Amino acid sequence: MTQRVQVIENILSANDQVALENRRLLEAANVYALNFMASPGAGKTSLIEQTLKRISSELHIAVVDGDIATSIDADRAAAAGALAIQINTGGECHLDAIMLKSALSELDLQGIDLLIVENVGNLVCPASFQLGTHQSVLIASIPEGDDKPYKYPGMYRGVDALVINKTDLLPYITFDMDYFRRGVEMLNPGLVTFPISCKTGEGLDSWIAWLRIQVSSHSIK
Amino acid sequence: MHELPVTESILEIALRYAGDAQANRITDLYLVIGQLATIVDDSIQFYWDIIARDTIAEGARLHFKRIPTQVKCQDCQLEYKPAELEFTCPECKSFRVQIVAGNEFYMDSIEVE
Repeated sequence: MTQRVQVIENILSANDQVALENRRLLEAANVYALNFMASPGAGKTSLIEQTLKRISSELHIAVVDGDIATSIDADRAAAAGALAIQINTGGECHLDAIMLKSALSELDLQGIDLLIVENVGNLVCPASFQLGTHQSVLIASIPEGDDKPYKYPGMYRGVDALVINKTDLLPYITFDMDYFRRGVEMLNPGLVTFPISCKTGEGLDSWIAWLRIQVSSHSIK
Repeated sequence: MHELPVTESILEIALRYAGDAQANRITDLYLVIGQLATIVDDSIQFYWDIIARDTIAEGARLHFKRIPTQVKCQDCQLEYKPAELEFTCPECKSFRVQIVAGNEFYMDSIEVE
């Protein structure tokens, strides 16, 4: 005889549960954590390098890098002065909470103020998997084109801050900033936005000021 | 690509509830997917046929119920179904909108024998 069994359970509840555990671990050690998401080549690692350069004298920073292969990004973050851990997802298109949990176990969280998780370069999948970080930052870049908010609404909708990198290329590329910003405003009204250039350093002061406020309003170390 | 871990999660949940119900076989799964959830039905079906093999869920039918996006204007309180991209309020043109429905991704129920 057929019987209907009610379930009502989120499909990703196992991931969400581990994300919650990660958050508790971070909270217990007073670590403020950011999830950096972007398409490949937008400048996630460059932004991490520039951030470390400006703030690593005042904060202990760790970086967890997610990539399908290689430790190129973790090597760059380590060279810039961070404690860096590389996760190779072996083909997975995003980081999930379980991967982050295993990376956290390799870090002495007590000695860390700020953790930056650099997700796999991808504008689709990372948005669906909570990690347990406190906030998410999307790094867009001028050469990607001004239509990206419209094409990847899920990613733009779910983030807490937006960095627009490579503004130094604006004179050379057709990029309608008003059109881009209108798309962002539609999806994520009032989103805090930082136009920057990791190459020239333009705009990085505002980004660093925002980051400082996030860390200090969270931390009581 | 991430439909594989998603499908594994679907199997894990279904087997757990079927076990609690002391079922011998799972015949149907009812999934609810919001329009905004980046999940592809065909891809889940593809992985399902592979990973459900040799379990009590082998051959079970997957039913997908899609929930259309519904948003609410925070300024004039109008609730509406937005066009694909344009979330702006059609009445007052406000950008301040909240998603009321469309992010769902859960298993509603299963049918077992």
